Amino acid sequence: MTETATSHYKRPDVAGYAEVPYAEKERLFSEVKEDMRFSDYLYGCYECGICVAACPSARFYDFSPRRIAQAAAREDVELIYQQMQEDIWECSQCFSCLRCPRGNNPGGIITIMREVAINNGLASAKQAMEGYSRIIYKIMSTGTQVSPDMLQADAFPDWGPETADVSANLDLWRRALPSETMHTTNTGWDVADKTLVELYLIWFHTGALDMIEEIDQGLHAILQEVMEECLEDEGIEL
Amino acid sequence: MTIPVEALMRKKETFDRGEDRRALLDPRAELLKLEEQGEIVVQKIQGDVVTAPTKFGLEKRIQKGHLWHHKSCGQCGHIPGYSTSIFWIMRKLGYDYHDPKDQTSCTAWNYYASATSNSAAQAAVAVRNFAAAAETGYFPLIHCGTSYGHYKEVREELIHHPQLRAEVRDVMSKLGKELVFPEELVHYSEWLYAMRDEIAALQIRDVSAVKVTVHPACHYYKLVEGDAIFDPDVYGGQRTAVVTGLAQRLGADVRDYSTWFDCCGFGFRHILVQRDFTRSFATQRKIEVMKEEADPDVVLTHDTGCVTTLDKSQFAAKAHDRNVGVAVMSEAQFAALAMGAHPYKVCQLHWHSADYRPMLEKMGIDWELAWAEFQEALKKLDSGEKRFLDWDDVDE
Ligand code: SF4
Ligand code: SF4
Repeated sequence: MTETATSHYKRPDVAGYAEVPYAEKERLFSEVKEDMRFSDYLYGCYECGICVAACPSARFYDFSPRRIAQAAAREDVELIYQQMQEDIWECSQCFSCLRCPRGNNPGGIITIMREVAINNGLASAKQAMEGYSRIIYKIMSTGTQVSPDMLQADAFPDWGPETADVSANLDLWRRALPSETMHTTNTGWDVADKTLVELYLIWFHTGALDMIEEIDQGLHAILQEVMEECLEDEGIEL
Repeated sequence: MTIPVEALMRKKETFDRGEDRRALLDPRAELLKLEEQGEIVVQKIQGDVVTAPTKFGLEKRIQKGHLWHHKSCGQCGHIPGYSTSIFWIMRKLGYDYHDPKDQTSCTAWNYYASATSNSAAQAAVAVRNFAAAAETGYFPLIHCGTSYGHYKEVREELIHHPQLRAEVRDVMSKLGKELVFPEELVHYSEWLYAMRDEIAALQIRDVSAVKVTVHPACHYYKLVEGDAIFDPDVYGGQRTAVVTGLAQRLGADVRDYSTWFDCCGFGFRHILVQRDFTRSFATQRKIEVMKEEADPDVVLTHDTGCVTTLDKSQFAAKAHDRNVGVAVMSEAQFAALAMGAHPYKVCQLHWHSADYRPMLEKMGIDWELAWAEFQEALKKLDSGEKRFLDWDDVDE
């Protein structure tokens, strides 16, 4: 491979992620293409940039949904690998890019690329999960994504003094809510035990739990233990 | 290796325009066909319905009562007055509902943030919730814009991919359930829009002095855009009619601004772990533009992430002397206030950050008195007289 041929991709010494053989990049892209949604999300690209004009992340990062769609349409596996290691985590997943006149869904292509990055334990995926694992723990183990007790001043110092007020009065203010299911502090609402069992079975049987193992083995071990214990208590064997 | 020319040539032959997503078949008819073939079970709409036009002309049917509230974790957890206002309005209008414990989050916030899930898991979570709703006989009403948008995507995927249906059916059978899907996916803001005359009939507070801007939620109308309410009478049918249609019906001074199409900056992962982006976008592309062009007293929106982002991003921006300082809430809270709901006991505005008090004053609400009333109500809990406040307490 000549220097000229690779000059429009980042050189390995400045890229900030591991270089891998071309065949590995091809394999990763083939996983993206094999996703059943891929053919619904990409019909080629006019390179018109309408998606970029609508994209919030393009305004603040060196990021472009057009480049994502183009790279995928051209099957440019070098650039796609670079995007999987750098760009994809900057997307806001707002789907403003569905304005695409070609009918593409660049945000959807990114969703698939992210899933492949997670499944293959790519460095970008591990980095993106730093500081995020407690959220994964919360959603997978309790069935609600955010909880009232997450509202703490040191976690959200930029949200104003009201966050500290909520945190100081949390139990009392939750009990003041007239909705019977919302008196909880560590989940959004009161999720029934039977419901959680069913959710855990979904995580086990669809491979969603296995995905965590690739990016955070510690978190995976904790989740697996919590879920297996719960299912065992219910007399369910996997 | 650079761009392989063979790949481009291959594309020329294999890229198929396919069906335009704007001309998609009516998803409801597709669901019924699948039901006829014995593949799925469709939960039907029952009782009184209101019809509303959607973007490409299909009529959407909205069941008025007997609804199963698919709650939002971000609303219940961080903006509880959002959820209680929806319930409160429904109670005032006299429609019965079910607030289930047999419900999980759609888990889409996490999926769009971290991708630590997959199509089958996401569809199974959706179908499990829908099966739980069908077991009660109540019809789902979805509180969160992201749940609604995600479920619309799940519906498309289930309709178009037999292997996904097979996989979900298999998982459901392990749960003792069938692959159930409701005939219509209905967002609460569509229900409020459909009920706007009934809501206005119970309005007791004049909101004509309140200047309102509307932020339409991306996941409501950009994801599967054909299934969002567009009404020729609102913005000439060029923009979704929910939220605005209700605010106008209540007589508010709705004002326009140029960046209405922009997202709020929530970003799913950004709001949690990359908030510099969220704060910058929310401030510079939304709040400051609205302030300059429309000078609103309140921003009304209809999704969990948008209320959180637009409300919470203003504090840090204020410290940098940016042109911010607008109340942010859901149109459900706004409509409840117009109907006489208590700003703290029902609308729970003390959970919000941007200053909402000037807006309350424009509605003729004495917020100091209201806060004292709320503190008085809390005494019932402090003294041990009651463990929880209930619906009677909040209307005292
Ligand atoms: S989904 Fe991602 S790529 Fe598309 S407009 Fe939103 S931020 Fe940009
Ligand atoms: S809007 Fe569509 S066709 Fe235009 S650049 Fe973006 S992906 Fe390509």
